[in-house]
Amino acid sequence: MTRTANVIRKTFLIVTMLAISTAHAELTIEITEGGVQRTPVAVVPFGWEGQDANAPFDVAEVISSDLYRSGRFDPLPERDMLQKPTSGADIDFDDWSILGVEAVVVGKVTQTGDNAYSIQFQLLDPLRRIQLVGYRMPASRGTMRHVAHRAADMIYEKLTGIQGVFATKVAFVTAERSNAGSRYRLLVADQDGENEYVIMESKDPIMSPAWSPDSRRLAYVSFEGNKSSIWVQTLRTGNRIAVSKEPGINGAPSFSPDGRKLVLTLGGVDGNLDIYVLDINARKKTRLTTHRAIDTEGSWSPDGKYIYFTSDRSGGPQIYRVPATGGTPERVTFEGSYNARPRLSPNGEKLAMVHNDRGNYRIAVMDLERKDLLVLSAGRQDESPSFAPNSDILIYATRSGRNGVLESVSADGLIRQKLESGRGDVREPVWSPFPRF
Amino acid sequence: MNQFRLLLALVAAVSLAGCDSTRTLPDPEPDDTVYGDTGSGADTGGYDDGSMGDGEYLDSDLSGGELSNVIYFEFDSSDLGSEYTDIVQRHAMQLANNPGAEVRLEGHADERGSREYNIGLGERRSQTVRRMLLIQGAAASQIQTVSFGEERPASFGSSEQDYALNRRVEIVYIN
Repeated sequence: MTRTANVIRKTFLIVTMLAISTAHAELTIEITEGGVQRTPVAVVPFGWEGQDANAPFDVAEVISSDLYRSGRFDPLPERDMLQKPTSGADIDFDDWSILGVEAVVVGKVTQTGDNAYSIQFQLLDPLRRIQLVGYRMPASRGTMRHVAHRAADMIYEKLTGIQGVFATKVAFVTAERSNAGSRYRLLVADQDGENEYVIMESKDPIMSPAWSPDSRRLAYVSFEGNKSSIWVQTLRTGNRIAVSKEPGINGAPSFSPDGRKLVLTLGGVDGNLDIYVLDINARKKTRLTTHRAIDTEGSWSPDGKYIYFTSDRSGGPQIYRVPATGGTPERVTFEGSYNARPRLSPNGEKLAMVHNDRGNYRIAVMDLERKDLLVLSAGRQDESPSFAPNSDILIYATRSGRNGVLESVSADGLIRQKLESGRGDVREPVWSPFPRF
Repeated sequence: MNQFRLLLALVAAVSLAGCDSTRTLPDPEPDDTVYGDTGSGADTGGYDDGSMGDGEYLDSDLSGGELSNVIYFEFDSSDLGSEYTDIVQRHAMQLANNPGAEVRLEGHADERGSREYNIGLGERRSQTVRRMLLIQGAAASQIQTVSFGEERPASFGSSEQDYALNRRVEIVYIN
């Protein structure tokens, strides 16, 4: 049984479209479709205690944008606020319940040193007249945006029961064509498109970025020198090492949950693509599949026990899994003629894939227990699904005209967002793990 | 190496000779990259020389026209179309006759479906051409394969026509 999220979506309001754009960001985000009732909330402008007249950063604006972009909340415009308290002690709950607001965020930024600040916020329930959560975090000017995202994460989790992903990042690849030739770039940005930086740039294709579980390294495929090779690059230093430069294909790297191994695809001189596990430090490769078909796109299950992969051993591509220590592959997908690029949700419950849906390549998610398939995207050529670390949202690549753009969709298919690109062709988004502090 | 260059010049010369009248003649200052470094005199000189020890090669060339470096494939297929067997055979002979020559077979796929799986499809096409070259006398050491999957399209649109142009193997002489 294929349930198509399309059908569900059409019955809901199509929400267009708030573009949160900044001058230098390559990605801007707009909500294209929302299928859930938004909860009315208020994020009151934060108070400021410090040397200058104004706070160096608008924390409330970031929290408000995060909540709006989640598709689940409708922040009250500032002009409609009857009061602007900066602490829970100053709040008049009636002023908020009369507006139908179900949660109020208040807070302030206090300067504690030259480049040292304290950010505190409280989340209040005006109906029950209680504080739901209150927290204080240190920040510098450089970390203030990140701290604001962390505050939004805590607020989001308190209100929805789902861990927030506002403080996470996304890696992606862009291709820019000009008369001078192509430029391929591997970039990392905050999940809202801010703080973008180039990890790697080349005139030759870059493919298949993959985060390490500690989000400090990225593995990727580069075609520099017209040969494929797999690299692991440390983000902070920019140092990189070539971990696989075999003859023929070196492709599809993906980290093990402990970060010590990579599953990858090697083709060899004869071009028979098989799945290998590479112990990164020991530089030792172990072959997991030996079939003469194409075996590729390996991806670990979060418990580390299995490697899911694409194989066309039955004719067309389908998803299989094999024990990570070796064994006999078993077929996982049976619905449809084309299922490829498996990615497990971090909670291990769902399998995302590229699925041929009546001639269109779309993102589908299979519930591993119930085995039912839900088509989440509506494009013709959607690819590269990647779960957010909370397992609740996926990001993937789709087309807008001739360009590749990114979209995200909630795992139930009800909330979809487009991340519009400023230039070139954007593809292969991969969501980072949760940041570690 | 020189011998190989000469052969390329012969190919160019014969392809000109075999062309119909609608094709414009080369400029008085021919592009060296097209005709090799033997200069414009090689156009006819090489051909009239005839054999260079290999009459069969020239015959084949007369019937085939310009030697193409691109081989196209049907949707979801890595089978070599019958119209390309002659072209691959001629590349195999070039390699067999020039042990110093090397090619890189660059396999490509159209944009549909998953990127890394498309790398596999492009490689399958490269390997088809590689096997044909080996059977017909090229040495394994003369052939590299690489697959760019859908990463380097020849045509950037999303029509069936674009897809047909993108499902290909390019034979690139690197030595």
